[in-house]
Amino acid sequence: MPLLYTRYELLRTLRNRRFFLLSLGFPLVLYFVIVSPNRHVRNFDGSGISFALYYMVGLATFGTMSAMLSCGARIAAERAVGWNRQLRITPLTPRAYFRVKVLTGYMIALISLLALYAAGASLGVRLPAAEWLKMTALILVGLIPFAALGIMLGHMLTPDSIGPAMGGGISLLALLGGVWFPLPSHGFLHDLGQYIPSYWLARASHVALGGAAWSTMGWVVMVAWTVVLGALAARAYRRDTGRI
Amino acid sequence: MSTITAESPPATAGIRLSGLVKTFPGPDGPIRAVRGIDVEIAPGETVALLGPNGAGKSTTIDMLLGLLAPDEGSVSVFGRSPAEAVARGSIGGMLQTGELIRDLSVGELVAMMASLYPSPLRVEDALELSGVREFAAQRTQKLSGGQTQRVRLAIALVSDPQLLVLDEPTVALDVEGRRAFWATMRAFAARGKTVVFATHYLEEADAYADRAVLMAHGAVVADGPTTEIRARVGTRTLRATLPGVEVGALGGLPGVSSAERRGEAVVLRCSDSDVAIRALLSAYPGARDIEIAAAGLEEAFLALTGDDHEGAESRAADQTRRGGEA
Repeated sequence: MPLLYTRYELLRTLRNRRFFLLSLGFPLVLYFVIVSPNRHVRNFDGSGISFALYYMVGLATFGTMSAMLSCGARIAAERAVGWNRQLRITPLTPRAYFRVKVLTGYMIALISLLALYAAGASLGVRLPAAEWLKMTALILVGLIPFAALGIMLGHMLTPDSIGPAMGGGISLLALLGGVWFPLPSHGFLHDLGQYIPSYWLARASHVALGGAAWSTMGWVVMVAWTVVLGALAARAYRRDTGRI
Repeated sequence: MSTITAESPPATAGIRLSGLVKTFPGPDGPIRAVRGIDVEIAPGETVALLGPNGAGKSTTIDMLLGLLAPDEGSVSVFGRSPAEAVARGSIGGMLQTGELIRDLSVGELVAMMASLYPSPLRVEDALELSGVREFAAQRTQKLSGGQTQRVRLAIALVSDPQLLVLDEPTVALDVEGRRAFWATMRAFAARGKTVVFATHYLEEADAYADRAVLMAHGAVVADGPTTEIRARVGTRTLRATLPGVEVGALGGLPGVSSAERRGEAVVLRCSDSDVAIRALLSAYPGARDIEIAAAGLEEAFLALTGDDHEGAESRAADQTRRGGEA
């Protein structure tokens, strides 16, 4: 990993205040609006999970998913100004380029996650230290397919079209993944949810119930999405060599 | 023996473009952007790719940099493929289009790029050399067009490349900026570096290159020292209204290299227009509406390539393609 390059890449992401405040602020504001009136609900919708914890992880899913996909928006912006071609005539390998982009996404995701944890704690979320860590680890692992999706979209779309594509995509993934309200315990939406990575991200809150928050199915779905989206992202990158 | 050659190419290996062909799909059928280019460049040489818009210069440069794979032919940069040369940091490039990424200062951006190369220049030296030191603390999104161009040069130079490739580098610059730019480039070339630049200004090729490769319609139409090229394209045309005279007779006049009829008018390409006008008037006193003009580069190219139908067609197609890119 090229260290100085990575450092400047992180620095310039942090300096983009508008992006930074919006991507951090939006999930936080939503969290307080949704949870404040219901913060004393201990067993949300019969799930055994408190309202405050359920939505803390739900909005963390939303926020971190957006953070990872924003790698794609930055790639699209760099392509549009020809920066991508400039980088291709340096010794920076595509692998290193993507690593740095993914790391940047993770940095924003982690900041967003910590902000929501603080908000959750302020509204009464209490978990043993081991469960906080386990939950965080699951969320970070669950973001890998979204990193691949971001890279793929970044190489296929223009800065104009990636905004709506991401907005719509994130809303749909959040909805089908049970971020906004719990999915029914059986039926079509329940079954569909099992195949969607955002469902498993939001499921990280189930660490509070003890046992494994992700079933074998969860791990299989995550690995499958990572492999498929990773291959598509690599293909999108290879095809995208010309001037725009 | 062959493995040894592959690992350490001879020190004399320069740049070799052999039989390059590149065709793009277009709305009206394929566009033959590059149709068989052969050029050899010795290490340390400064070479201009000179030609009008749509001549295939940028496509050739993209293939030289490994950004575009040729349909046919091959590129060798110091005995290696472009991808290998890029991976070793031997090539510095300034592409025709491109802005800078935002939210970094000029100094930070140059340092960021320098960090990617195995043996870069000192960042301060690159800033100094390209004349960006006085605004090194500015954020990249606050620069003028001319400043941006100089920062792009700093990025190309900071890698301390063996080969510097510049694609129409002075397009966004004013006269003063151009002078400063070429002074920098010359200082760099004086360190024994190889420089290849594309331009459509004859003056730039003449003033700053050892050699010019003239391109038109995706092919090389002339390749030689700039003095020779200047002599070939620095012709004048004489145009006169002169009905009823056979073109062949006009072509034979002293000082005239070729003649062509356009309706009532005739156009004479002159090797020596002073001799030609005297000869014309003494032979045909009826000639009127006489104009003598220095041949534009574009016109000179047509003279060199022959303004055949296919050429004109592909030129139109090239223009369409460029319009689509913009």
